[in-house]
Amino acid sequence: MSAAIVEARGVHKHFGGLHVLKGVDLAVRERELVFVIGPSGSGKSTLLRCLNRLEEPSDGSITVDGIDMLDRRTDINKARQRIGMVFQSFNLYPHMTALGNVALALRRVQGLPRAEAEARARQALERVHLADRAGHYPGQLSGGQQQRVAIARAIALEPRVMLFDEPTSALDPELVGGVLQAMRELRESGMTMVVVSHEMGFARAAADRVVFMDGGRIVEEGPPEAIFGNPQQERTRAFIGQIERH
Amino acid sequence: MSFDEFLQAFFSLEILQQAWPILWAGLLNTLLLSVVVVPLGFLGGLILALLGTVHSRWVRWPLIAWVDLFRSLPPLVLLVFVYAGLPFAGLEVTALTAVAIGFFLNTGAYYGEILRAGIESVPRGQVEAARCTGLTAAQAMAHVVLPQAVRNVLPDLISNTLEVVKLTSIASVVALPELLFQARQAQSVTYNATPIMAAAVIYFILLWPVVRLLSRLENRQMAGRR
Amino acid sequence: MTNWDRFLDSFFNARVAAEYLPKIIEGFWLTILLAACIILAGVAAGLALAVLRSLGIRVLNWAIIFVVDLFRALPPLVIIALLYFGLPAAGLSLSGFAAAWLALSLVLMAFTEEIFWAGITAVPKGQWEAARSTGLGFLDTFTLVVLPQAVRMVIPPLTNRTIAITKGTALASVVAVQEILGAAQAGVSFSFNPTPLTLGAVAYLVLFLPVVILGRWVETRFAWKR
Ligand SMILES: Nc1ncnc2c1ncn2[C@@H]1O[C@H](COP(=O)(O)OP(=O)(O)OP(=O)(O)O)[C@@H](O)[C@H]1O
Ligand SMILES: [Mg+2]
Repeated sequence: MSAAIVEARGVHKHFGGLHVLKGVDLAVRERELVFVIGPSGSGKSTLLRCLNRLEEPSDGSITVDGIDMLDRRTDINKARQRIGMVFQSFNLYPHMTALGNVALALRRVQGLPRAEAEARARQALERVHLADRAGHYPGQLSGGQQQRVAIARAIALEPRVMLFDEPTSALDPELVGGVLQAMRELRESGMTMVVVSHEMGFARAAADRVVFMDGGRIVEEGPPEAIFGNPQQERTRAFIGQIERH
Repeated sequence: MSFDEFLQAFFSLEILQQAWPILWAGLLNTLLLSVVVVPLGFLGGLILALLGTVHSRWVRWPLIAWVDLFRSLPPLVLLVFVYAGLPFAGLEVTALTAVAIGFFLNTGAYYGEILRAGIESVPRGQVEAARCTGLTAAQAMAHVVLPQAVRNVLPDLISNTLEVVKLTSIASVVALPELLFQARQAQSVTYNATPIMAAAVIYFILLWPVVRLLSRLENRQMAGRR
Repeated sequence: MTNWDRFLDSFFNARVAAEYLPKIIEGFWLTILLAACIILAGVAAGLALAVLRSLGIRVLNWAIIFVVDLFRALPPLVIIALLYFGLPAAGLSLSGFAAAWLALSLVLMAFTEEIFWAGITAVPKGQWEAARSTGLGFLDTFTLVVLPQAVRMVIPPLTNRTIAITKGTALASVVAVQEILGAAQAGVSFSFNPTPLTLGAVAYLVLFLPVVILGRWVETRFAWKR
């Protein structure tokens, strides 16, 4: 069994008086796909955003690929290149083409010359089957295509781990498939992934482990068959039951 | 120059005391002037905006020409033209009349553009729904469209009104004894900058709350316009 | 002589026009120079303040907000009067041109800062987060991702505000600058004929009518998608 590439220990997060994460431990092994589920407001997004320090945890420790993310001396911008993130709302830069979106960090963070950055960006777009849309602006792309560009933007930096926060929730049903396909291919290429999503079918098919969160804590975790087929905790059972009924 | 001399030149209580009655009269005139020219300009704007709803190019193009003409002429130019020019045409006008005409034309054009945008922002379905319930076109405009239009462009209306109140200071150029004119008079008599400084402070106290309010409204407006 | 002839003789007097046209043309160039200086200084300073404000240093932000509010609340003519008639009391004399330039630049700076700031805050938080998650630093995120989007959003309001404030160059006539209005007024008092004012008005139309029409175009070209 390979070593943990993401390791969060005793992570707490307060928003003012609101205690959102109440001591979360999560270890993700290399090449593992961890699926995070749980009711709205349970802290899934907050946990994900703590992992690349978009949110500052109030307490606990987080290491990613051997780097202490919470150490003041860590160059956070350098560390973030190793952690790709995909957002529910895509967050593509509307004033740049698909290629420009992908190439920006390659040029400005990795310091590649323009031609090389664009070549790498093109490769990344090819991996999500959008090479032919390189010159399009986000406004000219469908939601599904935009999300795949966002995935390309993250993988172009060759991250060690990818975080997905509800990547298909803002999409029309017929566009979900393309994004899931891109994620499946990413997984087959051996990417370590942490995915927050309601796509239970995808979880069953692709996840190594499912983590159920509620009220800022990890309530239960295990292989998908166990969590979906035979949940141990009452709260998990209730949540799974609710989803299955839909 | 010492600090005391600076205070004496710009913030002399003694001078302020002397000049206060003059400044006070000026302040009252500024308020009075605003109360006259703001409704007048708004009325002009309303007329233009209502004409703008007429779908005929014989109305549309002259209207655009009119609005752009008076948005192109600086208000002070318009005012001087009316005040110094009309007497040559055999029409003696008082300073107040000249200011009223100038503001009617100038600020009317601005209010008109704002109200037009407001009316255009109300969905067509609103008029149709109102007409279906038997309201006349005029009633639909007055009771259904205009209230929504005004609400939709309220920040712009307030902003323009602020500019109009500030603009009343140009009436000093045609010797209308408003705040700035009075302050200049007091300054030239006392040879001291305190009266002008006092006028500036009065304007600021008067208008700062409006600026604060606007800055909030505008931030929200921009956020809605992504 | 009929009334109409008398009117033409007053306002469109060919002899007077020929005599004062050169002065008006000089004034025309002076107006353009003054306007250009105001736009350069005002927009640059306003943008700089908006960038400083985005750093989020609290005390600095209070100072910026106060300065911006101040120059939005004060009538431009009051600021010009304070600089031109008031500053000599502090032993500092500004030329009329410098006083008008400084006053109107400060006003434009205030509006520009406000508009840019509204634009910057209107860029969604997700844009910051996406950029930062790829390792871009604050400065790169700001200049390459946020500012370009803000600039696009602010172009229409900024264009309109710049036009409005640039028309304030006519106020410089009050402090003896021989720009268009100043030259025209001097012409009227020498010739006892309002034709120079007509020329002045035409000069302003030549200058600002295209700009106002351009502003109209910019407004539709960069219309927000709602
Ligand atoms: N920036 C913030 N400031 C204050 N409260 C916040 C902030 N971000 C999140 N919260 C609160 O923290 C709690 C957890 O939020 P989080 O977004 O992590 O939930 P989630 O599990 O992702 O829910 P969802 O399924 O709806 O996305 C919620 O109650 C939310 O209101
Ligand atoms: Mg969430």
